[in-house]
Amino acid sequence: MGFLNTIIQGVLLGGLYALYAAGLALIFGVMRLVNLAHGDFIVLGAFAILAIATALGLPAPVAAMIALPFMFAFGWALQRLILNRTLKDDLLVPLLVTFGLSIIVQNGLLQVFSADSRRLSLGALETAAFNVGDITLGVVPALTFVAAILVLIGLSLLFYRTRLGRILRATSDSVEIVEIMGVDPRKIFAIAMGISFVVIAVSAFFMGVRANFDPSAGPGRLLFAFEAVVIGGLGSFWGTLLGGVILGVAQTIGGSISPEWQQLSGHVVFLAVILLRPRGLLSRAA
Amino acid sequence: MTMLETHGLEVFYRDFQALFGVDVSVAEGETVAIIGANGAGKSSFLSALSGLSRSRGEQILLDGKPIGGTRPFDMVKLGIVLVPEGRRLFPSLTVEENLQIGAEGKAIDRGWTLESIYALFPVLRERRTQPSTTLSGGQQQMVAIGRALMANPRLLLCDEISLGLSPAVIRDVYAALAEIKRRGTTIVIVEQDLTAALNAADRIYCFIEGRVSLSGRPAELTHNQIQLAYFGG
Repeated sequence: MGFLNTIIQGVLLGGLYALYAAGLALIFGVMRLVNLAHGDFIVLGAFAILAIATALGLPAPVAAMIALPFMFAFGWALQRLILNRTLKDDLLVPLLVTFGLSIIVQNGLLQVFSADSRRLSLGALETAAFNVGDITLGVVPALTFVAAILVLIGLSLLFYRTRLGRILRATSDSVEIVEIMGVDPRKIFAIAMGISFVVIAVSAFFMGVRANFDPSAGPGRLLFAFEAVVIGGLGSFWGTLLGGVILGVAQTIGGSISPEWQQLSGHVVFLAVILLRPRGLLSRAA
Repeated sequence: MTMLETHGLEVFYRDFQALFGVDVSVAEGETVAIIGANGAGKSSFLSALSGLSRSRGEQILLDGKPIGGTRPFDMVKLGIVLVPEGRRLFPSLTVEENLQIGAEGKAIDRGWTLESIYALFPVLRERRTQPSTTLSGGQQQMVAIGRALMANPRLLLCDEISLGLSPAVIRDVYAALAEIKRRGTTIVIVEQDLTAALNAADRIYCFIEGRVSLSGRPAELTHNQIQLAYFGG
């Protein structure tokens, strides 16, 4: 029963990684931009929720709801003012710019919030648990997993059932051709980044209630997001869930053997997938 | 009544110059064909008209107003829409979704809707839910033309629409083009298939090495003149 428990905890952890990965995959899919500051923006989102909760004396979930439209606007503006200028033929420029943003965000957070670790409080819910058979599930990890599924369903509906989604998929196929069809891709990119930041805000909330965070936590989240995307394969939102779950399970199995194996075993699985299926497990055949 | 003119149009790809001062005029309602050998600059010409290649403002005039250098999505809003070479459909989208993307650029309604495009190309109605990649070359070309029509263009630019198609399919595509013209759309085609071009066009321009080598009405040009202008001499 211990082993099954480990697997299930890993699956739930995978929900969090899928949330990290979904925002990253969306941006890469639409504009081929690898956002190296993705993890730092998640941490920034968590601090923003914390600041709203503290300043207004609100519970963290309400603060997170308030943060959502601001995060959309922030992502939209970031794309319009900075990132759109970097998207030319050279892939190196957006990498360098987002790397620079990562440093700026980390140091900015350090200045404003200090290096102390923080947490978003959910009160008694944080430690609440329920039993399914012999297995005890934490309420927060279970909610995280449900949120990941809801976010992925929402993104799938957006992409496959709406006019905006049609334009986003077309833009992903060819920026040049949507341009000659009368669509300004810079506007589409800005909306996509806004949506990515909404997903970032949701990830930030669940990261913040599940564990401590501090201004230096970003690159670690980016790594998990990146590994989940690569394991699952690009081009499918559900691939990010699969990738997140595989990464989460690998980590909890590794961690159950020895604590220092937890992260290592996740990386090993990631490397194994790169070797055996470089396009990921659920990638579109190309 | 002249709708579109180019004056001394030049197109550069970094250090390479593709067009050297091209003067072309297109009248409202007319079909103009640009012919010429590979590398003559025909596609560069359409590329400039559609905004994909940069040009100076006064080098392209629409109704006498300079529009050179306009971004591609704004060219579409002006009513200039390109059917790109190689069809370039969106592979992730179905046939109907490809057509619907075309409507994003519509600025003025000129009567082109999904219904009228399905009436023009009935086979597309049967294939509307299929991924565009599963269609034959001819059907894909119909989607590409239909997608451009969904923007309700004033001026339709067609780049090598017969490329890779069988003679029967080329006939169908050009029959559709005649119908599009009949409904009042001005058309510029770039074509390597001389017969198709000469049959469809009211006037032709022949390009050689980035310059206009000949222009006129097909009926008034001799075979020899065209051959000389096409291959140089």
